[in-house]
Amino acid sequence: MRLLELNRVCVSYTPGKNAVNNVSAAIGENTITAIMGPSGCGKSTLLRAINRMHELYPNVETTGEILLKGKNVLRMNPMEVRRRAGMVFQRPNPFPTMSIYENVLAGYKLNGIRLGKNEREEIVETSLRNVALWDEVKDTMNKKGSFLSGGQQQRLCIARALALKPELLLMDEPTSALDPISTNRIEELLLELKEQFTIVIVTHNMAQAARISDYSMFMYLGDLVEYDTTKQMFTKPGDKRTEEYLSGVFG
Amino acid sequence: MGYGVSKLRFRNWKNKAFYIFVCVMSGITMFPLFFIIWELIKKGYKQFNYSFFTEVAPTSMDAMLAKMSDSVIPGGVLNGITGSLLILGMAIVFAIPVGILAGIYLSEKKESRFAGIIRFLTDLVQGIPSIVVGIIAYAWVVKPMHGYSALAGSVALAIMMLPLVIRSTEETLNMLPVSLKEAGLALGASYTNVILKILLPSAFGGLFTGILLAVSRIMGETAPLMLTALGAAAVNWDWSKPTSSLPLLIWEFYNDPNLIDLIWSSSLLLLLLILTLNLIAKQVANKWKIQ
Ligand SMILES: Nc1ncnc2c1ncn2[C@@H]1O[C@H](COP(=O)(O)OP(=O)(O)O)[C@@H](O)[C@H]1O
Ligand SMILES: [Mg+2]
Repeated sequence: MRLLELNRVCVSYTPGKNAVNNVSAAIGENTITAIMGPSGCGKSTLLRAINRMHELYPNVETTGEILLKGKNVLRMNPMEVRRRAGMVFQRPNPFPTMSIYENVLAGYKLNGIRLGKNEREEIVETSLRNVALWDEVKDTMNKKGSFLSGGQQQRLCIARALALKPELLLMDEPTSALDPISTNRIEELLLELKEQFTIVIVTHNMAQAARISDYSMFMYLGDLVEYDTTKQMFTKPGDKRTEEYLSGVFG
Repeated sequence: MGYGVSKLRFRNWKNKAFYIFVCVMSGITMFPLFFIIWELIKKGYKQFNYSFFTEVAPTSMDAMLAKMSDSVIPGGVLNGITGSLLILGMAIVFAIPVGILAGIYLSEKKESRFAGIIRFLTDLVQGIPSIVVGIIAYAWVVKPMHGYSALAGSVALAIMMLPLVIRSTEETLNMLPVSLKEAGLALGASYTNVILKILLPSAFGGLFTGILLAVSRIMGETAPLMLTALGAAAVNWDWSKPTSSLPLLIWEFYNDPNLIDLIWSSSLLLLLLILTLNLIAKQVANKWKIQ
């Protein structure tokens, strides 16, 4: 079943100059798809088009079709799109005024959704267990999220996104600001989360893509050069540029 | 070799001399402050008693009689304290919502033409002499209401507070990382909710500090109040009646030869209040610093 479909998606920051150019691809449920490519090739731009983050900035234009379960997100209510497609950013960004507990529930609070006490406790516990943070923080729930280590903060941010039970999880280099041990933790976690969620992850790190993803996209100068199973791409890349990138000619 | 050492010594000596010079000069800048406080304490401490805070200003006659019998002038500045509270309180109520909303607008729509105009006007208002602000409040409030009032005074002070609150709000919000806003929106929150539930709470320390500093800046304003609140001999809590305030009392004391001794203790009180506000503002700013 196709969860997400991109049809000729173009994104431009300045008119006439596409940062993402005519990208078409389909992504199945319960998979991890990695978007790779040298920096500046449009990975983040593509990812942020999916949950319409570009609308924050008036000059950015997105064209084409982005279908989430068959419905064009560009014509949906942007708030609904963002609830259904959660996002994790490069730098951990827990809300500094909120406790760990409140951070996990922030999505509900910000959307004005009221929950009963039992429901709240349950969501907090499942979400934190999902990111293997529960045991580490269950006694310090009322502390501010900013007291946690970088890796813990990032897992908290993943829990915050998961708490809303999104259909799709968009991650933009979620481990690039973390140490190897925290990175490893999060990679293991993503493999577990795949059972329940669909993940699209931008990564600068080829080894990471090889370790965790089922499918890989290789982007270059705004174009989607190649999209295939990760295995195929790493063993027999179909395009010269992919091969050069994977063998470290540029990056 | 020997030449090098002596040159080094000379340089050390020069450094030290410069350092001492800097210390002395910064010490000298402290002089006026210490001198003022010393002067106020020396001349004002005798009046600084219980009744100073619990009684209204004495009449000229009472003060004269006390002076002739060589005793401490009776009465206090209660009507000034309550008047200042009333006028400042209303000014805060007027200026803060408007100031914060305008500050949010400036920080959210940085580039827009309208924001540029508001910024320019804000700077202009900040530059208007306080007596002119008083005249404006006179024309806007005193004339239509046919009388001086606490309300008119608070309108004048609110106008003076506005630019300070707007600018401090804008600057504080600008210091918040964009990632905070994006994180909120990425959870499906509306723009309003992101501002109310994430940005404003995160900026609380800066906003609060800005407000305290704005209050301490306008607390001593006298000229605009002379044209608006006028002054009153009794404690007044009615917003539509003439009202006294601490700086107004100081001005009245100064103009009455029998009461002139009271200017020192009143000034001391005003100065202490302003210093306290500044100290609190500093503490708040440190405690709630944006990481
Ligand atoms: N806010 C922006 N305004 C203008 N150009 C941008 C902006 N963000 C990114 N770009 C440009 O778009 C291209 C793609 O950027 P990005 O998607 O961030 O690349 P990646 O995530 O692959 O490193 C780059 O050439 C970059 O300079
Ligand atoms: Mg990027």
